[in-house]
Amino acid sequence: MKSYTYFPGCSSEATAVGLDVSSRSIAEALGMELKELEDWNCCGSTPYGSLDELEAIAVAARNLALAEKTGLDLVTPCSSCFVTLSKARVHMMEKPQLKAKVNQALAAVGLEYKGTVKVRLLIEALMSDITAETITSKVKKPLKGLKVAPYTGCQEVRPRFGFDHPENPIALDTIVEAVGADAVPYPSKSKCCGGSAVIAEEGLCIELMYKLLDDAAKNGAECIVTPCPLCQMNLDAYQAKVNSKYNTNFNLPVLFVTQLIGVALGLKQDKLGLKKNIVNPNKVLAKYL
Amino acid sequence: MEKTQTMSFLKEVSQVPGGEGVNLCIQCGTCTASCPSAKIWEYTPSEVIAMVRADMRDAVLSSSSMWCCLSCYSCTVRCPRDVEPTSLFHALESLAIKHGYKPKNTTTPVMYNSFVKSIKKNGRVSEFQMMMGYYLSTNPFSALGMMSVAWKLLSHGRMPLSARKIKGKKDLDKIVKKLNEVRGAQ
Ligand code: SF4
Ligand code: SF4
Ligand code: SF4
Ligand code: SF4
Repeated sequence: MKSYTYFPGCSSEATAVGLDVSSRSIAEALGMELKELEDWNCCGSTPYGSLDELEAIAVAARNLALAEKTGLDLVTPCSSCFVTLSKARVHMMEKPQLKAKVNQALAAVGLEYKGTVKVRLLIEALMSDITAETITSKVKKPLKGLKVAPYTGCQEVRPRFGFDHPENPIALDTIVEAVGADAVPYPSKSKCCGGSAVIAEEGLCIELMYKLLDDAAKNGAECIVTPCPLCQMNLDAYQAKVNSKYNTNFNLPVLFVTQLIGVALGLKQDKLGLKKNIVNPNKVLAKYL
Repeated sequence: MEKTQTMSFLKEVSQVPGGEGVNLCIQCGTCTASCPSAKIWEYTPSEVIAMVRADMRDAVLSSSSMWCCLSCYSCTVRCPRDVEPTSLFHALESLAIKHGYKPKNTTTPVMYNSFVKSIKKNGRVSEFQMMMGYYLSTNPFSALGMMSVAWKLLSHGRMPLSARKIKGKKDLDKIVKKLNEVRGAQ
C-alpha cells in the first residue's frame, strides 16, 4: 500500500464535503493510504495571491514545510489547492531570494521549507500510481450505459503544473471509461465556469454555466463529473438559477469523479456523500447503487 | 515607497512577481480572444497590457479590468510570447491595492478581502463567513438573491455556519508578521 500526505482543503469542510468523503473512501478501497496533514491551514488561495502574493506564498509554505517533514508526497483532491500549493512551490524553487524570505518567516515558528515535497493532484496519483487498469479490475458495478460528460474545468490542467493536455484533457474520459461508463464528447470540458467570481459577477458566471450545461445536455449526457470543488458547487447549486434565467429545464446531477468511481467500486452511498448533492443523482444512478 | 512613484509604471510592473513578462507582449490579441470574461472588462486584457506599456499608471490601476479576470489561464496557455497574462493581472491587482486605488464598478476586491479576512481569522476559509462579510460590506439586499443558493447548500450540509480554527493559528500569525518585518527591512 502506498502512503500519501493528504491535504483536504477548506472546501472539504463545507461546500465540497462530498469530494472529501468520497476521496477517502475510494483511496481506501484502492489501496492508497491518505494521512491527513496535521493542522493544515488554507492553501493560500487565488484571492490571497491577488492581494498579496508574498504573504499568500508564506501561508502556503507552512503547509509545504509541515508536509515535507512526513517525507511523503502531498496529494490534494482540490484543483484550486493544487494550483496554489504548486505555484508557491515553483515560485520558491525559481526564486531563491523569495524562498529565503519565506524561510526567515517560517523560522519564527521553527519551521523550514527545503523544497523537496512533491505536490500532486489526487486524480493524477490515481492515474499514475494506481492506474486505470487496476481501477477497472476492482469495479464491482460496471456503470454500463451511463452517459457522462467529463468536465475537467480550468485549474487542474491549465496553469503549467497540469499533468494533462491544457485544453483537451483526457484523464477524466479515461477514468469514466475505466469504470464502464460512456464519456460523451464534451467540447467544453476545460472551459471556465467562473469559479468564485460567481459571488461578485453572477450574471457573467450564470451565462458560462448555461453554456456548460447546454453542451453536456446536447451531447446526451445524463450527468456531469468533475474533480473540482468549485465547478461542482457552481453547476450543482446554481443550476436552478440557470434554468430560471434561460428558461431551460436542465436536471443534470453533477458528481465528483471520486463519487462516480466509488459507485462503480460498490461503495455505500453514505461513504460517497451522495446525499450532499443538490441535483439528486439517485435516479440516474439507480441501476448501479 | 517614494521610490516607486518616480520609477516608471512599466518598470514597476515588470519588477513585481508575475509582471515580468510585460515587455514580451506583441499585441496579437490572443489573450482577449480567449478570455471568457473579456466582455465585462473596462479595457480588454490586451488593451490593459498596451496601457501598461504606455505607462498609463492611473488609468490602469483605477480600472476594474483586471478584477474581472477569472484566473482560468486560457490566455496563459495560448499566449505566443509567454507573457503569462494571468499572473500579470494578479500583479496589477496587488499593485492597485498597494497604492490605495479603489476601482469602481467591481466588488471583486471586497470579495477577495473578505476571503483573506476569513483566512486570517481562522487559518482556514469559512465560506459562510466569507460570503456574509462580502454581502454586508457591499449590498446586504443582494444577499436576498443568494438566499436560494445558500439555502440549498445549507440544507445539504454544505455550509457550516461556524468556522473551525486551526491549532496553529498563532503560528500562522507569527509567520505573516515576521514576513512583513523581513519585507519591510529591505
Ligand atoms: S483553494 Fe480554496 S479550498 Fe483550497 S485551501 Fe485554498 S481556500 Fe481552501
Ligand atoms: S471552478 Fe470553474 S473556474 Fe474553477 S477550476 Fe473549475 S472550471 Fe475553472
Ligand atoms: S496573447 Fe500574449 S502576446 Fe498576445 S496580446 Fe496577449 S499578452 Fe500580448
Ligand atoms: S486568466 Fe483571466 S484574463 Fe486570462 S483568459 Fe482567463 S479570465 Fe481572461
